Amino acid sequence: MDLLNALPGAVAQGFIWGIMAIGVYITYKILDLADLTVDGSMVTGMAVCAMLMVNGWNVWPAMLIALLAGMLCGLLTGIFHTFMGIPAILSGILTQLILWSVNLKIMGKANQALPARSYDVLIRQLDKYHALVILALFCVVIIALLYWFFGTKFGAAVRATGCNEKMARAQGINTSFNKVFGLALSNGIVALAGALLAQYSGKADINDGRGAIVIGLAAVIIGDALISRLPQNFVVRLTGVILGGVIYYIVYQTVIFIGLDTDLLKMLSALVVAIFLAIPHFKKTYFSKRTRKEDADHA
Amino acid sequence: MLELKNVTKIFNPNTVNEKLALDRLSLTLEDGDFVTVIGGNGAGKSTMLNAIAGTYPIDGGKIFINGREISKLPEHKRAKFIGRVFQDPMTGTAADMWIEENMSLAMNRGKRRGLGWAITDADRQLYKELLQRLDLGLEDRLSTKVGLLSGGQRQAITLLMASMNNPELLLLDEHTAALDPKTAAKVLSITREIIEESKLTTLMITHNMQDAINNGNRLIMMNAGTIILDVRGEEKKKLTVEKLLETFHKISGSSFANDRALLS
Ligand SMILES: Nc1ncnc2c1ncn2[C@@H]1O[C@H](COP(=O)(O)OP(=O)(O)O)[C@@H](O)[C@H]1O
Ligand SMILES: [Mg+2]
Repeated sequence: MDLLNALPGAVAQGFIWGIMAIGVYITYKILDLADLTVDGSMVTGMAVCAMLMVNGWNVWPAMLIALLAGMLCGLLTGIFHTFMGIPAILSGILTQLILWSVNLKIMGKANQALPARSYDVLIRQLDKYHALVILALFCVVIIALLYWFFGTKFGAAVRATGCNEKMARAQGINTSFNKVFGLALSNGIVALAGALLAQYSGKADINDGRGAIVIGLAAVIIGDALISRLPQNFVVRLTGVILGGVIYYIVYQTVIFIGLDTDLLKMLSALVVAIFLAIPHFKKTYFSKRTRKEDADHA
Repeated sequence: MLELKNVTKIFNPNTVNEKLALDRLSLTLEDGDFVTVIGGNGAGKSTMLNAIAGTYPIDGGKIFINGREISKLPEHKRAKFIGRVFQDPMTGTAADMWIEENMSLAMNRGKRRGLGWAITDADRQLYKELLQRLDLGLEDRLSTKVGLLSGGQRQAITLLMASMNNPELLLLDEHTAALDPKTAAKVLSITREIIEESKLTTLMITHNMQDAINNGNRLIMMNAGTIILDVRGEEKKKLTVEKLLETFHKISGSSFANDRALLS
């Protein structure tokens, strides 16, 4: 298999991770919360979709239930965070651990096969171009729905909650409710991505979500860099996130192709994300040093 | 209109840092009262405003607005009756959102926020007219991020937002203190115009005694969590900064060496 042949498959997987990254974007960028629930809710989406389809459900209701299950995961994290006052990071970790057990119980074992030849799935690895079209449509519909939602009064209040909580409350916005809602929305999208991944890869595995948050952050960061010179609006930003997922996955496939030890991939991803997350900090320290030096020069 | 009955607030109770910030404070405002609030640093002025707005629960007493008890309502529900401007210009607006988005957030204060578009063309027209009155050239910059504006511009917008839909009570906490003198004067004159035009019942904390004397129909002075002076009408018009300092010294019994700078 050469790299070019692998490209359509990498792009298809990239779209799936891009959809997941949109979920991460909602919490990380819009709500200003670092939500680690996604490592678990991604697998919940996979497991629910796989189990329902194995039990004879049609793919559409199976995906809908997967999405709702993901929203429940976010709801739980939201309740930990707002009602119980636990810091967001810790709330996500707690839910993630809970979901490890829940996901095992949903599947009854550590993994569940969902072979494309036996089930009427929407996307399959064997038909990459077909999968690409379907996934692109999913991206378009999700971006359009989110564009609409965040333009409504309710959506604007959710954005205000993430932007300036004190101001939001002074304007009569129930910030706790909005955070819970945003977490549920985000994890619903993540679980939907999981449901798509289970169909595409023909399986659901308890380990598939490990590091999902890092991939999501990577996609968000790459997306930001991609669109930095374009006129900024919500559609452009979300499209950037999807493309970020695609680029991440192409790089990932390339690294595998050149024969790098795949055991090291997660470490490399995390290090790359760490460096990108550090850039604002470096910029600030570098910048402030320079101005201090300039002041000295003027004096 | 606004009624505070024996309101008490204790920070960090039962610790070495325990602080009685409001000490059985009682205050009644009539409809349309414009009250200026002065007092030394730590007197409890901000705590009084935050207690009314519901930033934190109080430890004793009750608060009423137009006969409704609000002291048990969460902050976001009280916002229906209350408009606020804070000392820090960054606090009152959402920096990453546009001017028109910020104004629409305020426009919907106290209303159900459903799935209708946040901003319609009619809204935009209204926001333009409101901004025009500020005379800061902001009416043509509806889709500018508020974070790109100066502190004075942000405070002026926050003031517009706080006064939208004629709130029953306007709370201003040293909202000109972070601005340069010229901008502060401009924002203060906008404040006066808005309050007079809509006859808003207002509590305005200021660190500037002359401003406190020149504005409003009533002046209160706070010390150690209570009101130590309450002057209104004709009597207020006759006040001078010197007289206020003297009164403060007599009533509070504390040396004014430090507070003088803070008050005047
Ligand atoms: N959130 C808080 N936690 C602990 N102590 C506080 C808090 N807010 C105010 N205080 C204390 O309460 C007293 C009154 O503060 P404040 O109302 O801010 O005074 P000011 O009259 O200067 O606005 C001060 O001693 C202050 O240190
Ligand atoms: Mg204060």
